[in-house]
Amino acid sequence: MKWYIIKRLAMLAPVLIGVSIIAFSLIHLAPGDPARTMLGERATQEQLNEIREKYGLDEPLYVQYVIWLNDVLHGDLGRSITTHEQVSKEIFDRFPNTVELSIAAMLFAILIGGIAGVISASKQYSITDYTFMGIALFGISMPVFWLGIMLMMIFGVWLGWLPIGGRIDLLIPYQKITGFMVFDSIITGNLEALISVLRHLILPAIALGTIPMAMIARVTRSSMLEVLRQDFIRTERAKGLSERAVIYKHAVRNAMVPVVTVIGLNTGLLLAGAILTETVFSWPGLGRLVVEAVYERDYPLVVGSILIFAIIFVIVNLITDIFYTYIDPRIHYE
Amino acid sequence: MKRKMKIKNKVKYQKIARIFQFRNLYSSINNLIFKKKISGKRETKTEEMIRRFRYNKSAVFGLILILLLVFCAIFANFIAPNDPTPSPPELENSLKPGSWSEEGLENYPLGTDMLGRCILSRILYGARISLTVGFVAVGIATLLGIALGVTAGYYGGWIDSILMRIVDIMFSFPGLLLAIVIVAVIGQGLDKAMIAIGIVYSPQMARIIRGSVLYVKETEYIEAQRAIGSSNWRIVIRHVLPNSLAPIIVYGTLMMASAILDAAALGFLGLGAQPPAPEWGAMLSESRFYIVSGAWWAATFPGIAIIFAVLGLNLLGDGLRDILDPRLKT
Repeated sequence: MKWYIIKRLAMLAPVLIGVSIIAFSLIHLAPGDPARTMLGERATQEQLNEIREKYGLDEPLYVQYVIWLNDVLHGDLGRSITTHEQVSKEIFDRFPNTVELSIAAMLFAILIGGIAGVISASKQYSITDYTFMGIALFGISMPVFWLGIMLMMIFGVWLGWLPIGGRIDLLIPYQKITGFMVFDSIITGNLEALISVLRHLILPAIALGTIPMAMIARVTRSSMLEVLRQDFIRTERAKGLSERAVIYKHAVRNAMVPVVTVIGLNTGLLLAGAILTETVFSWPGLGRLVVEAVYERDYPLVVGSILIFAIIFVIVNLITDIFYTYIDPRIHYE
Repeated sequence: MKRKMKIKNKVKYQKIARIFQFRNLYSSINNLIFKKKISGKRETKTEEMIRRFRYNKSAVFGLILILLLVFCAIFANFIAPNDPTPSPPELENSLKPGSWSEEGLENYPLGTDMLGRCILSRILYGARISLTVGFVAVGIATLLGIALGVTAGYYGGWIDSILMRIVDIMFSFPGLLLAIVIVAVIGQGLDKAMIAIGIVYSPQMARIIRGSVLYVKETEYIEAQRAIGSSNWRIVIRHVLPNSLAPIIVYGTLMMASAILDAAALGFLGLGAQPPAPEWGAMLSESRFYIVSGAWWAATFPGIAIIFAVLGLNLLGDGLRDILDPRLKT
């Protein structure tokens, strides 16, 4: 187990280097002079010379890469062309928002998807089963952004229950500590802010969580059905355990492994979905940062944000892989 | 009473099923070409596949959806009641509801968007764009995938290791993000979006093809080909590729569903198809701000069109997998 983790961490290195090469080459593949790409159209000759000097743009490419990588590892991703802020600051300002949204979406997906899957499996071929699976099938084929707009329209515009965008009501005083707004408002005991933040969180989380929910529901169902067919379940039923105990105590636990796989795989989808959900709900997260940066041709920001995205994605995949062994001790990695 | 209904339904179902009796068609074509009758009892492999497909209700449903979509796309200029992009825009028709409302305009069944354009017509023309995107993107992915996958699988060794590491790295970006990155380099627009999506899907295709090449390579008939002195090229093109066709078709269909979804997403973000093109994602993006003023139809229907297209391809792909992929055959 320990060796497996070490091996996986070692395998992470080439992937991360590859990712950084892709990010690095972005600046050079973009049309035009790289110095201008990094500084924007309005840069002065002095600034251009300075950046050429700093990144060694007259040197061969591999030297430039090493210089650039060294800066990145020291947290220096350059300055944004549009806002003139440090790219790393922009990213860390937005990062907590995306994390909170993703966690909320995943909680929604796991809770609802898991329950729907278990109920569907325990009542196979019933009307409930067909309804849940029908919804799940539609959930998989639904564009995230369309679902977001529909939720916004129904619950925000027609019913007026929930706000249709943003992170918090601007009139409510909010004290920033970590940037994780739910967490911050809890530790400062700011109930008003907490309610506002949660109300703003509900619709985006549902929109983002629906596709993973549908996948989790489908996989939970099929995995549960497989487990329920096994001998030990029959034994438990025969010895007189209640159906409830059979399903919730024994079957669910054994059906977990494929579900965890799907949860892990869905994190990538979640990141891609966050780009769209954040655009729909004007959510100040990383996803919108990427889109805005591409739109403004703000290359330093594009490079920084895709690096972060890719690193999160790779790390989540790694955690998923390692997590298997804890859930199912039968899995052994060579 | 209930029983009567059941019988009625059965008759109805049989009627629908009769439409899909390709088998008769197949054997009559066979008669024409080979001038001989297929013996009544033994069914050919194709016939068996078609029979299996017909019993797969959801796959047939998916096929119907897709055929409908193809029909709409081909005959859009005949079916569409209005011009999808009238110029100059008919602003006096802006945001009128469809035929369900008294206020709706005649001849605009799904209402109009903010520029007074017919939403139904735009959706029908949009089918052209989406299907084209699906085909072209998957086509690019397949060509790149074949190049990478066959090279890696057939030659093996260090070439294989290097190519597969590259594939791993491409997998470490979420698909849509990688597409956005590529768009950031090559520029925005529908054609660029197709290329970007094609590149994003190529590693997946490469892995699938590599897997099937590895499997086919070890079979005896390939060994026989080598023994009679066929060149590598000939073996790959005449023997390895045709035998890898089933997974390419299955995953190509499923990939087309995601390609359409991703293209719509890029259009929605303003990085894919540009206005006034009647692309479904771009339509959604343009009309989403008008839901506040109550014009729900402009944002709702393009999304439903996307769902139908994606659902249809997903169901069809799942059905094809059950039929064509012999490894899953039980």
